[in-house]
Amino acid sequence: MISKTSNRALKPHLVVIGNGMVGHHFIEQLIAQGGQDLYQITVLGEEPHLAYDRVHLSEYFSGKGAADLAMTDGSLYDENGIRYFTSSQVTEIHREAKTLTLETGEFLPYDKLVLATGSYPFVPPIAGHQRDNTFVYRTLEDLDAIRACAQHATRGTVVGGGLLGLEAANALKQLGLETSVVEFAPRLMPVQLDESGGEVLKVMIEKLGVSVYANTVTQEIIDGDDAYHRMNFADGSHLETDLILFSAGIRPQDALAKQSGLTVGERGGIAINNHCQTSDDSVYAIGECALWNNRIFGLVAPGYTMAKTAAGHLLGDASLSFTGADMSTKLKLLGCDVGSIGDAHGQSQGCKVFVYQDEMSQSYRKMVVSEDGKKLLGAVLVGDNSYYDTLLQYFLNAIDLPDQAQSLILPAMGDAPVGLGVDALPATASICSCHNVSKQDISDAVCKGALSVGDVKGVTKAATGCGGCAALLKKVVDNELLSLGVEVSTDLCEHFAYTRQDLYNLIKVEEIKSFKALLAKHGKGHGCDICKPAVGSILASVWNDYVLKKEHISLQDTNDRFLANMQKDGTYSIVPRIPGGEITPEKLIVLGEVAQQYKLYTKVTGGQRIDLFGATLSQLPAIWKQLIDAGFETGQAYGKSLRTVKSCVGSTWCRYGVNDSMTMAIDLENRYKGLRSPHKIKFAVSGCTRECAEAQSKDIGVIATEGGWNLYVCGNGGMKPRHGDLFATDLDDATLVKYIDRVLMFYTKTADRLQRTSVWMEGLEGGLDYLKSVVIEDKLGMCAELEAQMQAVVDTFQCEWKTTLEDDEALKTFRQFVNSEGEDTNVVFVEERNQVRPATDLEKQQLIAKVG
Amino acid sequence: MQWNLICKQSDLVVDAGVAAMVNGKQVALFYVPAAPEQVFAIGNWDPIGKANVLSRGLVTHLQGQWSVASPLYKQHYSLLDGQCVEEDVKVPAWPTKLVDGKVYIRQPD
Ligand code: SRM
Ligand SMILES: Cc1cc2nc3c(=O)[nH]c(=O)nc-3n(C[C@H](O)[C@H](O)[C@H](O)COP(=O)(O)OP(=O)(O)OC[C@H]3O[C@@H](n4cnc5c(N)ncnc54)[C@H](O)[C@@H]3O)c2cc1C
Ligand code: SF4
Ligand code: FES
Repeated sequence: MISKTSNRALKPHLVVIGNGMVGHHFIEQLIAQGGQDLYQITVLGEEPHLAYDRVHLSEYFSGKGAADLAMTDGSLYDENGIRYFTSSQVTEIHREAKTLTLETGEFLPYDKLVLATGSYPFVPPIAGHQRDNTFVYRTLEDLDAIRACAQHATRGTVVGGGLLGLEAANALKQLGLETSVVEFAPRLMPVQLDESGGEVLKVMIEKLGVSVYANTVTQEIIDGDDAYHRMNFADGSHLETDLILFSAGIRPQDALAKQSGLTVGERGGIAINNHCQTSDDSVYAIGECALWNNRIFGLVAPGYTMAKTAAGHLLGDASLSFTGADMSTKLKLLGCDVGSIGDAHGQSQGCKVFVYQDEMSQSYRKMVVSEDGKKLLGAVLVGDNSYYDTLLQYFLNAIDLPDQAQSLILPAMGDAPVGLGVDALPATASICSCHNVSKQDISDAVCKGALSVGDVKGVTKAATGCGGCAALLKKVVDNELLSLGVEVSTDLCEHFAYTRQDLYNLIKVEEIKSFKALLAKHGKGHGCDICKPAVGSILASVWNDYVLKKEHISLQDTNDRFLANMQKDGTYSIVPRIPGGEITPEKLIVLGEVAQQYKLYTKVTGGQRIDLFGATLSQLPAIWKQLIDAGFETGQAYGKSLRTVKSCVGSTWCRYGVNDSMTMAIDLENRYKGLRSPHKIKFAVSGCTRECAEAQSKDIGVIATEGGWNLYVCGNGGMKPRHGDLFATDLDDATLVKYIDRVLMFYTKTADRLQRTSVWMEGLEGGLDYLKSVVIEDKLGMCAELEAQMQAVVDTFQCEWKTTLEDDEALKTFRQFVNSEGEDTNVVFVEERNQVRPATDLEKQQLIAKVG
Repeated sequence: MQWNLICKQSDLVVDAGVAAMVNGKQVALFYVPAAPEQVFAIGNWDPIGKANVLSRGLVTHLQGQWSVASPLYKQHYSLLDGQCVEEDVKVPAWPTKLVDGKVYIRQPD
């Protein structure tokens, strides 16, 4: 597998051991600086997968697959000539010979070596800790094993009540187990929280149905009476449980360092200097295995900084150095906010403490300030992390605290502004610690033309790690735009000083039924190509009137006005609805006949239906008459509305299908086909997890499961593809429809014009969780209203082409010329592959020359 | 230069356009009751999209100026003189009048 002849003669050989998050980031950093030109690079990883996102490992239980978590599919390595081997454990380093031995017995020479071996979970040596049905929580394989065991277990227990332990407890709960947490310290999260904070967290977590045993030492694990295990505690009590998960901390993976005689710390960890070099200067160590200044850094951000430092040093840039890292964290554990900043325990000399505790709403906040009250040294937050960003910035940038510093943790009273304007942050303020992006980096990106949060993310990578800085990033970007004089006005246009959402509400509440009435009451001037179609769409969403009604006609963009999509030569395409992509041979024949009769170019679309191109304005009504007589309906390919519900054949035909995706797709398409929305909406329904219908790339994706349907929301293809987020699992038909009603109506009510569901959801404060709380928990108390509105839209559906054909007034607008019969002589077709296509300019000149 | 009778007022669509054929040339006619001119006539040919489509664009009123947005690539053309707002191109424009429910335009023949 691995060639034994080295390429030393050509380029020095750089070997990276460990392909975790940090090892991978190191490769990215090397490539970014052209390292592959200087070194021949080989990566060896023990796990069967290439690097994946361990920080979001738990999402493996909430619908993400290994591919979603993967940080690379290998193409980055391939494209840059980097050799990589998975399932390849290195067992020895021979530093004098500069070679490695692999588990397979193979040898590999190196010139420079990077250890990125991470850490392993610590399992306390309790008697019985190696019994079956005991687990740790670190790799995808661990999670597979836990999932398999949970299938025939009812109770699960986590040993360890730290950050990871609580995350693991959440996972057990999601797997449907009765969950307990056993912590040997007197409180939960002993590292981050003080006693009172730990107590508040305990109450919150118990409310969620997880039992917490703090101050509890497990002595032995033996066979249980009514469960697989019994855990006997030091105080004589015991707990019966089917599954045990150890999460009692991590230990640096320094076995290779010990074996090869590199300096390691007393309690483990490979000692490194500021350039991340170990005691052997051709060997580097980065990430969780590295020990700097006698400290281990169990977070990904410091590991990334080490990766960058080591890569720089290997490429001759010694200006970078690793000098420690901030270990502040904020997390949502089992739905509870927890945050910890700096010196949470108030151990600094002379420090003073402010505490706010509210037993009614279960929140606790503490600030540790310097003796003179000027600087923030640390903080603890439980129950509400909205205070975190501001506090962190005071801490990281040593900004002077305001006079009434305690106001920073007091609940907002009235509308007194609390918190720190992003204006006040110094340019060096770190906004994203995962990717080490400062305020200055963001303002540089904005100056260079990144004019939206999305663009800035793309350029700087900010907010693409743990995601914790997303809200702050948005504030900084908006602030930069403002200071550049880029107006972040939310006015729709010069005619309406309102957002689309405001206008929606005005139209609804004041029962406004026409553009003229709205303009007279709330706008000025005469309207434009921004506000007219936007208001036209809102009127259609709310009242579902016929779009070509006299008072609405002038609002419609050309495609909506003529109920067809204009092509480059001014002709139109015709897309009848083919729900779910299912079509009878008879109807297929009709489509063929119509296309033949009118000489239309015919193509199967990307949305599983058939598009006929090249109809002139005046041909549209006749063509549609034939189609409607044959039982077709408009496909609304022209509208900001439901496009297609893509489907696979599902359980009816497919040997793997677990549910009837075809019927569901057709029903969904028929239900929502009349809805006018801020932008187009696409659905798909797959019959099983093989996902042939690509539901996860749609605004609404539905995938059949053994237990019903999984619902994904807010995905799309197009310019910025985005996978949908898993929204709810194992739904029955009725609940599925109910949730879709609510999501789509909430979107229709609140999104901006031409905003697809993905961008809309990302813009909601609280994102997916907020959307879930509105739709599933009815946080805003509006679900009944949303459903009623959707039902009204469903009940008033009309095929716009059918209505048009019955309306002589409307038909008049399809005349090519008001004063003569002729056709547009500029529309000229030529043949290609036995069908027509628009002639090019040159072809037209030649054809006309011939005729003339 | 003379007034040509093109069509009836009832052939027009309020606040939108229709196309007419005048001496072998395609003309886009817009009926805008709120404007003092009431009816505008400009060429139907979109010089950027290269198709006869301007009559099918949206009528807009921006900073006091009446224009039509091309349905193909959305540039605005002034209804008064045919000047494109975004680019340095121009389409022809003709005087119009509306008398006794009849629409006339004045065009050199
Ligand atoms: C016909 C078709 C291509 C084909 O030959 O297969 C097509 C054609 C057009 N697409 Fe599309 N899209 C077609 C499937 C898709 C798909 C694939 C799908 O739906 O599975 C996508 C990516 C999926 C998605 O939307 O998430 C797609 C992403 C777009 C986008 C980018 C949207 C985005 O959010 O980035 C646009 C532009 C827009 O909507 O603003 C667009 C816009 C258009 C327009 C309307 C552009 C225009 O204004 O002329 C095209 C005119 C259609 C026509 O004349 O009938 N089309 N378009 C497909 C019609 C499907 C149908 O049956 O209705
Ligand atoms: C469930 C969970 C949640 C977390 N949440 C967060 C969070 O919210 N925020 C945060 O900052 N951090 C979080 N972390 C920690 C974060 O995942 C780690 O800090 C990060 O993964 C460390 O990266 P690494 O590359 O140093 O180590 P790892 O990701 O552990 O990678 C080391 C790799 O080296 C391989 N390896 C080891 N020895 C050998 C050998 N001899 N030969 C070949 N390969 C070898 C290992 O198999 C492993 O694949 C979380 C961790 C877990 C498990
Ligand atoms: S998604 Fe599943 S059921 Fe549907 S066709 Fe593919 S394999 Fe069959
Ligand atoms: S801080 Fe983690 S993504 Fe920015």
